[in-house]
Amino acid sequence: MTKIAFVRKKEIPPSAPPITEVGLIGWFRQNLFSSWLNSILTVLSVYFIVIILWDFIPWAYGGHWNTKSLRECLDLDPDVACFSVLTARWKQLLFGLYPAEEYWRPTLTFIFLLLAIVPILFPKFFRFFWFSIIYPGLAVWLLWGGSFWSISIVYIGLTLGALFFLTLIRQYLKNYIIAAVLAFLFTTVFFLFISNPLVGLLNVILPISLPFVESLKMGGFTLSLIVGVTGIVASFPIGILLALGRQSNLPVIKMICVGFIEFIRGVPLITLLFVASVLLNYFLPPGTNFDIVLRVVIMVTLFSAAYMAEVIRGGLAGLPLGQHEASASLGLTYWQSQRLIIMPQALKISIPGIVNTFIGLFKDTTLVSIISLRDPVGLASTIRADQKWNGIYWELYVAIGLMFFIFCWGMSQYSQYLERKLKTDK
Amino acid sequence: MKKLFLGVLTALALAASGTFAGTLDDVKARGNLLCGVSTGAPGFATVDDSGKDVGFDVDYCRALAAAIFGDPMAVKFVGLTSAVRFTALAAGEVDILARNTTWTYSRDTDLKQTFLGVNYYDGQGFMVKKELGVKSTTELDGATVCIQVGTTTELNLADYFKENGMSYEPVPTADNAESQQQYLAGACDTYTTDASALHGTRVNLENPDDHLVLPEIISKEPLGPLVRHGDDNWADIGRWVLNALVIAEEKGITKANIDSWKDTKDAEIHRLLGTGDDDILAMVGLPKNAMYNAIKAGGNYGEIFENNLGATSGINIERGVNASWTKGGILYSPPFR
Repeated sequence: MTKIAFVRKKEIPPSAPPITEVGLIGWFRQNLFSSWLNSILTVLSVYFIVIILWDFIPWAYGGHWNTKSLRECLDLDPDVACFSVLTARWKQLLFGLYPAEEYWRPTLTFIFLLLAIVPILFPKFFRFFWFSIIYPGLAVWLLWGGSFWSISIVYIGLTLGALFFLTLIRQYLKNYIIAAVLAFLFTTVFFLFISNPLVGLLNVILPISLPFVESLKMGGFTLSLIVGVTGIVASFPIGILLALGRQSNLPVIKMICVGFIEFIRGVPLITLLFVASVLLNYFLPPGTNFDIVLRVVIMVTLFSAAYMAEVIRGGLAGLPLGQHEASASLGLTYWQSQRLIIMPQALKISIPGIVNTFIGLFKDTTLVSIISLRDPVGLASTIRADQKWNGIYWELYVAIGLMFFIFCWGMSQYSQYLERKLKTDK
Repeated sequence: MKKLFLGVLTALALAASGTFAGTLDDVKARGNLLCGVSTGAPGFATVDDSGKDVGFDVDYCRALAAAIFGDPMAVKFVGLTSAVRFTALAAGEVDILARNTTWTYSRDTDLKQTFLGVNYYDGQGFMVKKELGVKSTTELDGATVCIQVGTTTELNLADYFKENGMSYEPVPTADNAESQQQYLAGACDTYTTDASALHGTRVNLENPDDHLVLPEIISKEPLGPLVRHGDDNWADIGRWVLNALVIAEEKGITKANIDSWKDTKDAEIHRLLGTGDDDILAMVGLPKNAMYNAIKAGGNYGEIFENNLGATSGINIERGVNASWTKGGILYSPPFR
């Protein structure tokens, strides 16, 4: 029996990993200097970041906030930012030329907007969805003012129409189409003959109204939000319908949808805006007042709806044919299978594309400055036309860029949250 | 959506067709004047820190509103970019366009507009750094010039240098802002655009005294208000309000002393201010004291110039050719009789 000199009874404790692989150094090595190419890129990036910040930080940090004009800034210290223009004009950048004593209205509209989108974004709060429904009317009333009843009559009319339809279906008729036609007729009659006298009556009984603010006064970030948010909200359902229409088996519907999408996508947005601002005027008789903001909103909505349709079609195309066949074999109708099987999957695949389109649309709203609307970019040139601020560029554009960034970044963050939440596969 | 849209258009077209009256009647019925101005042209039109419309063109429209309504505030300003200004006027979105617009043949005829006169004689100028030692544009041979591409200034520049047998090297820029940055960075010896803009820019440079706007003006840019073809009475009103402001300066009538002319021997002043017996303004449908109100609104031409473009404004543009003919300029109004 050989004598075993040494038998290890215990496992050697694991030695610490090499210092070059863990901790700060390890992280640096793995992420910044993993190869010579990466090292060069890292050094170059750091170099550029440093030279930019080297100029930017002293410029921004030492900036003047309380001078009366650019001249005063330059006389004090020409090498730092003149943020005084923001001190003097931040209200205009936010609200445009909206009357100062009414600033609470766009502010309240914005707060309500945040409340109204919560039930849509987070299912937990879906029971507050009624607020999201009444929000559009509330926003229009708050922003433009006028009689409370002339806005709410729209809701009253549509509610009556819907009730009429439901009553018909429940009590008297089996045929949905006839009921829908009758309900439509009922609603039309209501708006044509009953709504105006009713509004007049309500105004007498209980006059609630806000001072009227015309579209000419809308501007700044308020205008960007009006155009952007309306465009986003309205283009989404239209986009879904267009995408479905494009895949439809009914040739007429398909042709209309394809024609619409291809036409709208084939022209630049600025062309459509010019049509809204300039060309429509030639069709309309002189003196007609077809609100410019409404015209722009319609065009922006149509434009992004066409893009939205194609994004969603991409999602639809990503679904295997088996999903359609399976849902059909379960005996689901077309709309049932779209609602329960197809759309939830297609929309989930399309989330990055949809949010991409939303963000693009929101930034595209700055194009309205070319057709004379005073969005933040348009206002920047108006502000520079004041001799006090003539020659200010960076300060204004940095501020405007920052405001847009906050919103676009928010949208992007939400979409990532949604993607993580809806992730069902590994 | 589209159907509804077209439906709305048709409905509006039907509703409004056949209701056309003179512009003055429309304006009176509406209760305010719709005046198209620039969304931002230094000195000519902008909004100040408190959101109030100010500027040379703005003051003209206030005078016009005062002439019609007796109230200089009875006017709504519609900011228009150069891309949409003419169509906005043609489509009736504004009653008058006072938007530092150059009067040219084709704009007058082909675009079917009526220019009411010239309220500012602008022209293309050059800015140089003083250290360059240049005193006149004729010394610019071989210079690098920052120039906005696609503008009439580009064509004027080429013509001018060719005529004078000089050469230059263009540095193309997209707009005045870029020209300015390039010029300051030393990419070009001189930069050129409308002289009024050069003055406005120069004042707000870091050291204005290091820069010089050369005295020569190489192109004609007569700016003036305009209206649509087809309503001569309305055009007359706009034209004579402008003339009244010019005459007022000629006669020494200012915002401050306007009430002290009751006993003057000058019959034209009585006609102008409506203090005499004959009411000649009734011919165009204005009240007898219309021009009194117009001058009272923002002062005479000289005062309006001084407040928006001259020393008071900080832009410091000299009167130059824009002085009254009695003072060596070319502003000359036909007689008010």
